[in-house]
Amino acid sequence: MVEFAMYHAWLVPLLPALAFLAIVFLTRPWPMLSALVAVAGIVGAFVVSAFAAYGVFTNPEFTEKPLVYAVRWFSMPGMQIDVGVQLDPVSAMMIFMVSMVASLIFIYAIGYMKGDPGFSVFFSYVSLFAASMLLLAISSNLLEMFVAWELVGLCSYLLIGFYSHKISAREAAKKAFITCRIADFGLLLGLLSLQIIFGTLNLVELSEKIAHFEQYTTFGVLTLIAVLVFIGPIGKSGQFPLHVWLPDAMEGPTPVSALIHAATMVVAGVYLVARTMFLFHEVPGAMELVAITGGFTALFAATIAVTQREIKRILAYSTVSQIGYMMLALGVGSMTASLFHMWTHAFFKALMFLGAGSVLHALHHKADVWEMGGLIKKMPITGWTFVIGGLAIAGIPPFAGFWSKDEILAVTLDSGHYVLFVMAAFTAFLTAFYMWRLIFLTFFGEENPENHPHESPPVMTLPLIGLAILSAVGGLVGTPWAPLWSEWIFYGHPHHAEPNYWVMIGSIVLAAAGIYLAYQLYCADKTKARAKALAERYNHIYTILYNKYYIDEIYLWFNHTIIDGAARLFYLFDIYVVDGIIVNGLGALTCLFGEGLRVSNTGRLQNYALVFFLGVLAVVVLLAFTGPSSASLTVGGVK
Amino acid sequence: MVTTISLTHYMVLSALLFGIGLFGVLAKRNAIAVLICIELMLNAVNINLVAISKYITPTLFTGQLFAIFVITVAAAEVGVGLAIIIAIYRNRVSVNLDDFDWLKW
Repeated sequence: MVEFAMYHAWLVPLLPALAFLAIVFLTRPWPMLSALVAVAGIVGAFVVSAFAAYGVFTNPEFTEKPLVYAVRWFSMPGMQIDVGVQLDPVSAMMIFMVSMVASLIFIYAIGYMKGDPGFSVFFSYVSLFAASMLLLAISSNLLEMFVAWELVGLCSYLLIGFYSHKISAREAAKKAFITCRIADFGLLLGLLSLQIIFGTLNLVELSEKIAHFEQYTTFGVLTLIAVLVFIGPIGKSGQFPLHVWLPDAMEGPTPVSALIHAATMVVAGVYLVARTMFLFHEVPGAMELVAITGGFTALFAATIAVTQREIKRILAYSTVSQIGYMMLALGVGSMTASLFHMWTHAFFKALMFLGAGSVLHALHHKADVWEMGGLIKKMPITGWTFVIGGLAIAGIPPFAGFWSKDEILAVTLDSGHYVLFVMAAFTAFLTAFYMWRLIFLTFFGEENPENHPHESPPVMTLPLIGLAILSAVGGLVGTPWAPLWSEWIFYGHPHHAEPNYWVMIGSIVLAAAGIYLAYQLYCADKTKARAKALAERYNHIYTILYNKYYIDEIYLWFNHTIIDGAARLFYLFDIYVVDGIIVNGLGALTCLFGEGLRVSNTGRLQNYALVFFLGVLAVVVLLAFTGPSSASLTVGGVK
Repeated sequence: MVTTISLTHYMVLSALLFGIGLFGVLAKRNAIAVLICIELMLNAVNINLVAISKYITPTLFTGQLFAIFVITVAAAEVGVGLAIIIAIYRNRVSVNLDDFDWLKW
């Protein structure tokens, strides 16, 4: 069975894809059947990937040499593109994680989407999404990966705009798609350059060739390629400055937020950088860029999250911030820590998104956390699982987030990036603060008498419990004392950081301080007077943060003045130069000539005959008065 | 002084006839007159052909043969030309070429 799964790993993306086709063409009129087909597809994928992952993680040789099998997709001179499967610990972990989280989210969605007119359509979209994401994870080839990458983008567009009757949802879908397209352009340029310079996009071949890149190209070009490739992840993973789409993407149904914007799609960028680590590893400059982007985004998004009011928006900025952590870890050279955080983050962030969905479900989509309160009494399962998620993300041991975040802090410190370390540590404090602000405001304190919450049905709470368990224990695979994780997931050589107790204690203290501060401001203080007073006192900062540093407004301004202005300029150029001078001018000139020449067309035969005669005369004169050579030329060689 | 008629005489005669014919074709208003002038030009050519044949290659009759051809074709041409003129006349009640300028913009 294990053997079968490993050599048929292409089933992993195929099963959800088949579910998508089945729903679209067959079962669409029957919502429940569609949901079952979708769940069957993803659970099937989970089973196959679980066996495949088991196979990979019991054979240490796969850390050295991945299992690759492929078929020829197309070939032309100088370019052979295969489509295939590459199984190594990284991809095995990824498909296992994605299919597991996706399975739970699919099951949850049955409850959450109940009664929605687009129920079947929803499940067809998420199936296609899961298929694309699994294909992305398992690809042996960067072009194949790029196709999956774009498919993921398409699905996110469809799913964010799922409530297409809402203008805001449509706008958000467009925003997500366009922002990602901008970034994908950079990625595409990077991939094309790789293909042109190295003649292959196969991951294994490429890693061998880039190790000796001097034979093919210069260091500068390689740096440029790495930066171009990194632009793709900046967009897809919501890094500054292309993070703007991610918070707006919360317009989609909540399971989508959990699936796309927590566990899978947004970490695709991290995964891509991890997959092309052989490229980034060669160019320290690009690595620095990754680290700085990640570290800055982590802090930047965390500060925004502190002031937001909508429950899903807070979670969205939290996601941006956490992915910043992953990028930071990649940038300082630790794929181990980065992917470890991706693994734990998938559990607790999916858990919190689904919990938020459960809350929204109960409160009929009232999203402002200030209008909630005391929900834990009416919704104990949602509440307590959310608390576990909050402990995990804040970094309280032994929950999952602690181990991964601690590892990131430790590797950042080890690599000597002290500024980034301080930023990351402060972000950890902010993370604990804003997440517990959300929890205290939502689940504790006084109940809002307007709300009549009720616990969600078991089909929704069971996935919550499953994810809560994973959030609690998922980090134990990578503790400093039992470093299972770093033995398998690494780049180059397995690197295991010695447990750094100072960092560990420091991060616990920061997390506890954040939680305590949130408790003081939002829970112990029943009227929240102090929190409001603080916001009042630092009104400027509060307004800037609440408006997300006006990034959206800056982009809007840029669009309206620079882009539109340039467009208007080009419009005038088009109207007056291209259309006016070139097109109409040529036409007018032709008309003018015609007007002039029509006078010669008298219609009188004798005029024509006269011209004819004069022509003959001219030829004769020419022949008579020029030398025999030209005469013979004209008539063709008379001797 | 007895002067024999040389080739030059024939050619001058032919050129004169051709010139008269050409002038008529270009200048006459009457369509019938234009047709007649065309005949003049054709016959000028015929004189040329026969004379050159007679003086330069007396043993061959190429020129004479061509002249016969030209006469034949001219007859046909006159037939067609007159038919066209009659057709136009039926429509326009005129044989004045100045009235026949409707082949223009």
